Amino acid sequence: MSTGQFQLRSRLRGATDVAVTTLAILATVVVVTPLVAIFAYLLVKGAASLNVDFFTHVPKPPGELGGGMANAILGSGILLVLASAIGIPIGIGGGIFLAEFGRGSKLANAVRFTADVLNGVPSIVMGVAVYGLVVSQQHSFIPFSGHFSAFSGGVALGIMMIPTVCRTTEEMLLMVPHAVREAALGLGVPNWRSVLSITVRTASPGIITGCMLAFARVAGETAPLIFTALGNQFWSTSLNEPIAALPLQIWVYALSPYDDWHRLAWAGALVLIVLIVLAVSLVRFVTSRGVLKGTS
Amino acid sequence: MGVGIEVQNLNAWYGNNHTLQDINLNIPANHATALIGPSGCGKSTFVRCLNRMHETNPIARVTGVVRIGELDIYSDAKPVEIRRRVGMVFQRPNPFPTMSIYDNVAAGLKLNGYANKRSLDEIVERSLKNSALWEEVKDDLKKKSGASLSGGQQQRLCIARALAVDPEVLLMDEPASALDPVSTSKIEDLIFQLKSQYTIVIVTHNMQQAARVAEKTGFFLNGRMVEFESTHKIFTNPSDKRTEDYITGRFG
Repeated sequence: MSTGQFQLRSRLRGATDVAVTTLAILATVVVVTPLVAIFAYLLVKGAASLNVDFFTHVPKPPGELGGGMANAILGSGILLVLASAIGIPIGIGGGIFLAEFGRGSKLANAVRFTADVLNGVPSIVMGVAVYGLVVSQQHSFIPFSGHFSAFSGGVALGIMMIPTVCRTTEEMLLMVPHAVREAALGLGVPNWRSVLSITVRTASPGIITGCMLAFARVAGETAPLIFTALGNQFWSTSLNEPIAALPLQIWVYALSPYDDWHRLAWAGALVLIVLIVLAVSLVRFVTSRGVLKGTS
Repeated sequence: MGVGIEVQNLNAWYGNNHTLQDINLNIPANHATALIGPSGCGKSTFVRCLNRMHETNPIARVTGVVRIGELDIYSDAKPVEIRRRVGMVFQRPNPFPTMSIYDNVAAGLKLNGYANKRSLDEIVERSLKNSALWEEVKDDLKKKSGASLSGGQQQRLCIARALAVDPEVLLMDEPASALDPVSTSKIEDLIFQLKSQYTIVIVTHNMQQAARVAEKTGFFLNGRMVEFESTHKIFTNPSDKRTEDYITGRFG
């Protein structure tokens, strides 16, 4: 190869390098922009309406200025705790079955398929389904059934969490190296113990991420709550009563004809996002303290 | 103390693949026994049959008799009990990545419900001393993860973990093949010390390694054991032509 050819090639290579790097940076910017834009827009629109009242007062009747969303913040918290209590254990249990005990079996394939379909069910359909199963049942063994209730809202959100938690748990467990399982079995540890104490523990950072994804997704869901939790203008902490939730309140306020309610809706949206970020960060912080530094 | 291993008419299959055919041998107690042979000859399968680890593969099947001491492992006991008596060290170091050094060593006992903290401390210390790792890790036992150690240290950690459950036999499946020469020689020194307390069976691709650490050596080829003799005899005066060909580097 002559010197001229070599120089040309090396210049071409340099140019390709710059081009690809630029594209990658551009793609990153495009990915991050919507999140930053949404957050900035919410800050501009909502921050001004945020005050102590917002966090301490329930909504005022139409026509009166002021009021807050304290009941909706608490309501969302109750609904999400209930949803997590239903969705996370069932989802993780299903994921463990798919990856460890039922691997390759027909039942596992059926469960996996069902979970994927469930993941694609529109959230409004989930609301209608839980309405039919819980809310509209007048004489049923299901607790709190027969009317709109916080319980039915939690059930709807919980069912929505199951497929995400289940499938990420499975994926994360399958990523645990075979050598780690062998090491446990080679020590004379029974299989069930090895799965629970070694495999699940090794995969736990990924499993927690899956739970957080599912949590963040249902935290902003409105549609499943319309037919179940219904919403509430007053204080309520009872699982047996309709309960307020931030997304529901935002939806109602944003559609209302009052400017003051519009401002509160913006503030509510901002609070919702901040609370989700806080909850996810808190879980990450708490669960990462136990994990040793230097772990690869 | 170690116990001897008696193998009679051992056959093993993976699906339709007849990987071990009519293996008969007696592995002496408190000695190191090396198994050599080309890749795919069945030596790894053979050691896995000694603690029933092959059963973790659903298509594996075995016939024959294996006695560890007095225990007939295929009729008298459950796999988990056998594996507590027959420890195993694998080719690639496989510490539990989310556990500290201490927890790695204690894992076998803790997961089997052993909870006496003081004696656990003693067992961890003794196991790490036996695996010649104590001096290097004693200050970070609970601070560092098992995965943060170097490859050679990780392998000695895995040996400590196997020793902590107090086995009678230690199976080592190419324990040094993923390690550098310095770490390898440490592992070999270790095998030399450990055989006073344990019966050791070591699979190796490295014939010098077999010659250095083992009193007896078995040569496997195509699922059969061609020759089982004192290491000295195998390497200086093998009775089978195939053994001689392998050792002199004519194939494999």
